[in-house]
Amino acid sequence: MLQQFSYDLAHLIGATVLMAGFGMLYQRRIFAVLNTFAFQAFALAAAAAWQAHVQHAPHLYATAAIALVFKALLVPFALHWLVERLGIHRTVETALSIGWTMIVGVALVALSILLVLPVTAKAAALTRESLALAMSVVLLGMLMMITRRNAVTQVVGFMALENGLILAAVSAKGMPLVVEISIAFSVLVAMTLFGIFFFRIRERFDTLDLHYLETYRGDRS
Amino acid sequence: MLIASALLVLLMLFAFAVVAGRRDWSHGIVYAGCFVASMALLSAGIEHLGHRDSAPSVVLPFGLPWLKAHFRIDNLSAFFMLVVNLSAAAASAFAVGYSEHLPERARVTPFYPLFLFGMNAVLVADDAFVFLVAWEFMSLASWLLVLSDHEKAENRKAGMVYLTMAAFGTFCLLPCFGLLAGPGGDYTFAAMRLKELGEVPGALVILLVVLGTGSKAGLVPLHAWLPLAHPAAPSHVSALMSGVMTKVALYGMVRVLFDLHGEVGWQWGAGIMVAGGITAVMGVLYAVMQDDMKRLLAYSTVENIGVVVIGLGLAIAFKADGERNLAALALVAALYHVLNHSIFKTLLFMGAGAVMSATGERSLGALGGLLKRMPWTGAAFLVGAAAISALPPLNGFVSEWLVLQALFKGPAMPHWAMKFGVPVVGAFLALAAALAATCFVRAYGIAFLGRPRSAAAARAVDVSFGMKGAMAVLAALCVFLGVVPVTVTNALSHVVEPLTGVSFAVSADLGWPWLSPVSSTRGSYSATVLVMVGLAMFGAAIVLVHRIGTRAIRAADAWDCGHAEDIPETQYTAQSFAQPLRRAFGATIFRARETVEMPEPGDDSPARHRVHMIDPVWTYLYEGIGKAVDALADLVNRLQYLTVRGYLLMMFGTLVLFLLVVAARQP
Repeated sequence: MLQQFSYDLAHLIGATVLMAGFGMLYQRRIFAVLNTFAFQAFALAAAAAWQAHVQHAPHLYATAAIALVFKALLVPFALHWLVERLGIHRTVETALSIGWTMIVGVALVALSILLVLPVTAKAAALTRESLALAMSVVLLGMLMMITRRNAVTQVVGFMALENGLILAAVSAKGMPLVVEISIAFSVLVAMTLFGIFFFRIRERFDTLDLHYLETYRGDRS
Repeated sequence: MLIASALLVLLMLFAFAVVAGRRDWSHGIVYAGCFVASMALLSAGIEHLGHRDSAPSVVLPFGLPWLKAHFRIDNLSAFFMLVVNLSAAAASAFAVGYSEHLPERARVTPFYPLFLFGMNAVLVADDAFVFLVAWEFMSLASWLLVLSDHEKAENRKAGMVYLTMAAFGTFCLLPCFGLLAGPGGDYTFAAMRLKELGEVPGALVILLVVLGTGSKAGLVPLHAWLPLAHPAAPSHVSALMSGVMTKVALYGMVRVLFDLHGEVGWQWGAGIMVAGGITAVMGVLYAVMQDDMKRLLAYSTVENIGVVVIGLGLAIAFKADGERNLAALALVAALYHVLNHSIFKTLLFMGAGAVMSATGERSLGALGGLLKRMPWTGAAFLVGAAAISALPPLNGFVSEWLVLQALFKGPAMPHWAMKFGVPVVGAFLALAAALAATCFVRAYGIAFLGRPRSAAAARAVDVSFGMKGAMAVLAALCVFLGVVPVTVTNALSHVVEPLTGVSFAVSADLGWPWLSPVSSTRGSYSATVLVMVGLAMFGAAIVLVHRIGTRAIRAADAWDCGHAEDIPETQYTAQSFAQPLRRAFGATIFRARETVEMPEPGDDSPARHRVHMIDPVWTYLYEGIGKAVDALADLVNRLQYLTVRGYLLMMFGTLVLFLLVVAARQP
């Protein structure tokens, strides 16, 4: 009974993370994207905490804390600040229309379920479902990176992808903490780098649309 | 032991030549050392051939960490070791004198021992790793030698083409040995022998080894680098590249097709035989049109490789059909020609080198009348030219005759394709032999007979003693190997026995001096008897003329050979001699067109006779490949200018594609 409950709750939280991924794809405003991202990170922290409780693995609480502090609070806040500070255009510029993006996203989720469930047939049911969800989140993050023109949304897509990785890491038993810390730090580093990157682009081109960057490659024939 | 120390000496000579290359006296020492090392390897090869057994594999602990280096010498490699080092010793002796006149000799001397080392190491390799490393040693050392005179643009082009083709050859050999080793990855030859290849890998191995070694040996249409690279190197190196390195490539082919690969089907033998026939005819057709002496010799090498490959293909076909005696015959013929060609081609390149060092010219159009000024070189070149034209009683005749004898037995095979195909290849071979004779009549007649066509040719003096000696020894070998063919074929039958599985003496029927490959009634040849009878008749003729002929003296003008005036331009030129053949064959194959530009009346500019030719292999094959590569490069080049999202999209697409593949392959 308790087993079934813990399974259902883990499933629910994982699905929430995935839904937040879809939510990010659906938003047309940058602040809304950032808020959705913060919500996703919060759900991720909840997932990690619940796994820590279920697996009796206290180190996962640390992961949950890292996710909560850095990804749910610090990173969205920093990006908010960046957008305001730089006066970035507040709408999301899409390369593929939102409707098509959602359809592709659904197809990707179907693909990852079709792929993961047979491959991990021998693993525990909890791990299997969570892996399928995590992989969907990763693929949606990538989809976000390639279908949005604006640099901020690309950064958010990248970090959504990281969220998927962490979701996979917490749902597999016995993953050492070192890996999660390194992942968290890599996200932090990436955010710092992207922050500097924004300033650079802004200084030079007065815009964050990557399109302007592409015409400035000297070796183009 | 002897082999190992000789190889070590070659490596030490390389180091010595690098260190002491600026001193004038060092070059003589290096070449003398190479001579000694080659003689030691030669004697090791001969001694091993006498034993008739295979030495055990020697394992040395170097190479890749998990692989050891295996070395072994069996009859086949001993025979090729003999071939390589016979010419290498002669070329080293020749080089002592020859290299004195080379301006770029400091760039030649260090790599010469390295080149010899590479060729010998290929022969004693007993695993694929050592084989390929030694093969690359050989390629790269000879590439450096080709580039020694890199001031000339044509030599740089030759080096570029050579490097490309060498890379292509190794590119083919690498997967070939990989397939032979199989997924287990045991790269020793002993393991490859035991392994059963499937149908598709087996076919791929044959294809790859023919392409890989064929590109090194000069099979048409992979020969394109050979007439560029061989003349570009100094003559003693060209002699070895043309006479010997192509043989090392053939060694690789024989090693894989007869030894490592279990069963090769008759169709492959037929294909290889036809490739050999085309190579022979095309090679000699190119050769007969050339004006550059060394390029002519290089194309003639292509022809002779064709002759050998005909023998190899025929041996494969016979072996696949169970006609093991005939397979042994064809293989003996091919190996005999390998030996012969290495000797007379080395001799002829040395002759060309001697002419170059005496006159500074290698274009036939600037030579002439050299026989009177360089009698030794002229005589030795004559012997070589007669031998390569397959005139009895010299060695070239015996091997080509044996190949033809094997071809005559082709209709004994059960397949109609071979029954009809073999006589066609026989006709190709006969055509090639006749054209080769024309080619060398032309080369010898224009260069050595007649009157000098340039001041340099008129002033030529014969070369130094060492160079003459090296040529004289090789010329004597041409005669010797032609006069005692049975001794050679008996020795070769030991080499062939493990490869074809039968002990077969080519001369079984009639005894020692008679070579009767098929049966005593189907054709037999004895140069020994021929020479003795010829000498006896010659002596008798002299005696008769002196006894019976009149002693009366008659005074008259000497015949002027049709040259009333002493103008060299009225002689046959290299171009005019080749014109009938160019019209007969060149019009279709080379699209040769001749145009005559006559000036208008009153215009005092000279009339011109121009010949336009194309090289079909370059025009249709290599330029096509070049264009395809360019187009592909353009396509790939576009990838450099994608947007950031474009790159991300490609990565994402690739990932999704792989995931789809994995999902689709689920049970």
